Amino acid sequence: MDLKKDSFKLNCLGVGLDSRIEVFSKVRDARAETKLKKIIAAGFKLVSGAELADVYTLESPLLDEKDIEKCGSLLSNPVMQGFLIGRPFCPEFDFAIEIGFLPGVTDNVGNTAAETIRDVFGKKAEGTVVYSSQALFLKGKISSADAKAIGESLANSLIQRIHVKDRAGFLKENGMGIVIPKVRLDPSPEADLVDLEVSDEELALIGKAGIMDKNSERRGPLALDLESMKIIRDYFKGLGRKPSDIELESLAQTWSEHCKHTIFSAELDEIKNGLFKEKIKKATEIAREKKGKNDNCVSVFTDNSGGINFDETFLVTHKVETHNSPSALDPFGGAITGIVGVNRDAMGFGMGAKPIVNVYGFCFADPKDAKLIFKSRDLKNPILPPERIMLGIIEGVNVGGNCSGIPTPQGFMFFDSRYKGKPLVFVGTLGLIPKLLNGKDSTLKEAVPGDAIVMVGNRVGQDGIHGATFSSEALSSGSPATAVQIGDPITQKKMSDALVKEARGLELYNSITDNGAGGLSCSVAEMAKECNGCALELESVPLKYPGMQPWKTWVSESQERMTLAIPKEKVEKFVSLMERRGVEATVIGEFNDSGKCIVKNNGKTIMDIDLKFLHDGLPKKTLHSKLPEKMHSEPSFKEEKNLSKQLLEMLSRLNICSREFVSTQYDHEVQGTSVLKPLQGKGRVNAETSVSRPSLYSRKGVAISQALYPKYGDIDSYEMAACAIDSAIKNLVAAGAKLDGIVLLDNFCWCSSLEPERLGELKQAVQACFDLAVKFETPFISGKDSMFNDFKGFDENNSPVKISVPPTLLISSMGVVEDIEKCVSMDAKIQGDLVYVLGETKNELGGGEFFAMKNAIGNSVPKVDSEKAILLYRALSNAIEAGLVASCQPVGLGGLGVAVAKTCLAGNLGTKIDLKKAPQNGLERNDFLLFSESQSRFVATVAEKNKSAFEQAMKGNAFAEIGSIGGKTIEITGLNGKKIAKIKLDDADEAYRKTLRGY
Amino acid sequence: MYKPTALVLTGYGINCDEETAFAFEKAGSAPRIVHVNDLIAEPKILKQAQILAFPGGFSYGDDTGSGNALANKIRNNLWQELLEFIDKKNLVIGICNGFQAITNLGLLPGIGKKYGERSVALAHNNSARYECRWVSLVSEKNKCVFTKGIRGIEMPVAHGEGKFIADKKILKQLSERGMVVFKYAKNGKPAKGEFPFNPNGAMLDIAGICDETGRIFGLMPHPERNVFFTQRQDWQLQKELLKRKGLPLPEESDGITIFRNAVNYFK
Repeated sequence: MDLKKDSFKLNCLGVGLDSRIEVFSKVRDARAETKLKKIIAAGFKLVSGAELADVYTLESPLLDEKDIEKCGSLLSNPVMQGFLIGRPFCPEFDFAIEIGFLPGVTDNVGNTAAETIRDVFGKKAEGTVVYSSQALFLKGKISSADAKAIGESLANSLIQRIHVKDRAGFLKENGMGIVIPKVRLDPSPEADLVDLEVSDEELALIGKAGIMDKNSERRGPLALDLESMKIIRDYFKGLGRKPSDIELESLAQTWSEHCKHTIFSAELDEIKNGLFKEKIKKATEIAREKKGKNDNCVSVFTDNSGGINFDETFLVTHKVETHNSPSALDPFGGAITGIVGVNRDAMGFGMGAKPIVNVYGFCFADPKDAKLIFKSRDLKNPILPPERIMLGIIEGVNVGGNCSGIPTPQGFMFFDSRYKGKPLVFVGTLGLIPKLLNGKDSTLKEAVPGDAIVMVGNRVGQDGIHGATFSSEALSSGSPATAVQIGDPITQKKMSDALVKEARGLELYNSITDNGAGGLSCSVAEMAKECNGCALELESVPLKYPGMQPWKTWVSESQERMTLAIPKEKVEKFVSLMERRGVEATVIGEFNDSGKCIVKNNGKTIMDIDLKFLHDGLPKKTLHSKLPEKMHSEPSFKEEKNLSKQLLEMLSRLNICSREFVSTQYDHEVQGTSVLKPLQGKGRVNAETSVSRPSLYSRKGVAISQALYPKYGDIDSYEMAACAIDSAIKNLVAAGAKLDGIVLLDNFCWCSSLEPERLGELKQAVQACFDLAVKFETPFISGKDSMFNDFKGFDENNSPVKISVPPTLLISSMGVVEDIEKCVSMDAKIQGDLVYVLGETKNELGGGEFFAMKNAIGNSVPKVDSEKAILLYRALSNAIEAGLVASCQPVGLGGLGVAVAKTCLAGNLGTKIDLKKAPQNGLERNDFLLFSESQSRFVATVAEKNKSAFEQAMKGNAFAEIGSIGGKTIEITGLNGKKIAKIKLDDADEAYRKTLRGY
Repeated sequence: MYKPTALVLTGYGINCDEETAFAFEKAGSAPRIVHVNDLIAEPKILKQAQILAFPGGFSYGDDTGSGNALANKIRNNLWQELLEFIDKKNLVIGICNGFQAITNLGLLPGIGKKYGERSVALAHNNSARYECRWVSLVSEKNKCVFTKGIRGIEMPVAHGEGKFIADKKILKQLSERGMVVFKYAKNGKPAKGEFPFNPNGAMLDIAGICDETGRIFGLMPHPERNVFFTQRQDWQLQKELLKRKGLPLPEESDGITIFRNAVNYFK
């Protein structure tokens, strides 16, 4: 390595100056190689080499040259790294690109480096601040425009700064130079008053685009409609004063679609009390009542997560969130804050549950789609291409989940071109909590008047302003950059351990909740309902940097924070415990019973609103729906005689193929709780269901799965929802969970939700949720909606485009397994085992993957027959309980053909099956029989000696033995007795893996 | 029956403390999970223990290099106490991030008992990505107390920085002095760098090493995630095979041996 040390003059370093430490690799650097690969893959084929340096810029007034030298050795590893101080690392290169953070953005690496330095130097290093950045040195005949473009492709301009120099400039200026990304703000911010005595037009504009700042710029969406604005105006008129900005912002947060679910609570046609109360919640009530003493629900729809009985000692909780809008702008940041955010929904359940399992689900456009679309006219502000969105989001959940030590065994990726404008990011967390804590019900919590309001965890910054109101709007050029939060999983892990593993058992607090959407404005005001009042001193809230406007402190969604109610006499003990755990905890006010939410800033009252108005003042919407007409042409392609090629093509489809690269980068073994893993069998096939053992002292397990069928909604939203529910349930049954104990979670990700047609579809889907949850007796325990997943912008021809996601309903399911040893994986196990199809196949290919492969939608969408399904599920559960089933794969996308192939691939064993034997109704084509997506079906393998016992157990249901396991090929005989497919396992495996290989 | 105390560190993003403590408990020791700061505040806790475990996790989020910030913290606050602990012929194990921490501390390899010198490192995986997968390991002829009687074993790895590197001289010394404990394997033989059998590109396929006394042991794979039969990646297949032979399913899996060896060392 040529360091050319002598070609540079030493920068003069001394007391009080900022210093720059550059750490470089002395050995092969896998990170640099991977960066190089990515750059070349992004089309910069002339780049021939890359090297990296990790840069630490120190602001440390008291450290001398020798101390800084010591810092260098603290921040590097002599076995593989070297470091330079005050002079730049200078390998052979043509362009240097440095990427660091913008002012105010959380810099985890910098913070850790500063902590290490303070630990060594003590008082001398007080006030030390470290800024981290990374310098990338590229070799190759590229232009400076290329270098700039490469920098932009590697960084996110919302949170990172990019600095590019060519070699000549670098040499001339002796390196990249020192950049101190310090936030500098107006030093004396106060709350402003806002005049609402304005025209309706102006009032509406304030609601839509935000309060006008002194510099004549709007502050960003309040997402309040004119009707709401008028009610607010009248409220303050009644008080005889103008509202302050913080009051308006606070109302906007609390009343946002995101927080109040205005569409689900609105009057819709004949549903006077809204979809949530009359359908979702009602279904849960009925299902629980029907279950009687078998009702396992403990806490539903009231807390941050829903909770059910796990065993005599524990409850298990579950919550699934979405983080779509932030992930569209900053895929990595949006996804990491999504996953660590939903972890806090476990920590915020009852007195605090321990997060035990993460789940994920991503809806993307095809990563190969490279056509640009733009937020602004004239080809300006391109949105990120699907591939970058995909990889960024995958990595965000990787870092968030792995760093938190929470296993992530379960997830899916679903692809459709309509997710190009806005991806969907579903993230969920299960939690475990003892039913009793020191003899008290752990689900009960209540702030009492006199309790201190304590904020725990991270500090508050400008990140995540208007997250709640922004996600209640379509993505457009007006979407605020500050809406993206930055994740810091280690800060949260420290907080989580200190709260759940220590403070909880010591009974140091009365109530706890998450700081999520709306930040303090929502968490404090929400908790204040428990005692009917709160008063805060905003200046005591710890900030990332001084000079923030009060309203921003109040609504900021800076991450990794919880709000607690702590009895006065326990505050000292609590704060001291947190200190010893490296966690910041600050008293910021007091709960009371004044009926008001009062916020003071440096003694001045800047907010004084009745809690009742804050929470219940928003007008109830009245909405009307209309059912859209949906009729598609029936595809007319001919049946092929040999279906081998079609089966291989099906296995390669984005929605069916292997996503092993995601499963292996998510730690699914941590906590030692993994039972059924994300990749099953010798052949490592992605399974639909996973099972965990949350308490190593118990033999019980918890099975989890998810299902969604957005494309069925192109035909019928009712069936879309019904199929998702059926699949989420049958996936669990296949693994060994019994129907009786299964509970569900709903996540609606809709689009343009004020349009009557969209509401019509919503009404249909919700009706299906009601009907099926009641019939299956599977209550909903928690849910979430995100109603405006639309993108408005311009295409490559400068024509306006609107891309809306297909109305998407994700159903997540959870069930307790009595004995984990009885669980069944999906892989075929042993040569000679019999192959069974359970459940009837019908002509139901509409909206399915086979028709999609033929560029058709069709109309024959799968329908759920819940009565037959229930009988089948109970019979299968009995057979599994009796140990009669060697493997079981639920039939989903791609039908029987794909399910059989996956069973074989996973077991690394072939099969011979006869389609003629499969129970079916009205199918005359082999391809339709093979790929129909009829619901409530399974492919199971059974040992020959268990044949009669198994068949006895399944009696009364539609099922049939269709072949046996063995060999290294998949051979299928068709309806006419002729062979219709024969494929080698190796070829099937290749087809299954090739699509996303390389990621 | 005598139960040695196993001190399991936690704090700052360590996250495998509970299952590591569980494995020690299952193996017959009395585990105690202790926060790094509590240990610093009260170093005598160390005097009461016989086994010290640095569990896996993401101490300090891997910032400034995996295991580096935690190593700095210990070196700056507990170094003498740690040397005394080792001197008393006690046992130390570092798993995954704990292995990274004790190599940064220079507890490993400690050639010539020169503890404190960094001479091996765990670099970014060749894939430059976090890899969570099961690996096969074969043991070399070695002195390690923890792995007595183990010839081959399977366990999961889960790390982004696990590529073992050292210069030739050190590698030679490690091999000659019986300090190489586990190598990543394919079909019972060292994997020769082949991915995914060697999941990170480790030199000589090294997955774990011990010091010259055999009492300090560090490894990237996670034995504490393989103490139950139902944790194994192949347990579903094994279950069917056993059932059809009419045999009962075992409760344990072989990872427990590592913890049991540690406990038995004090008997």
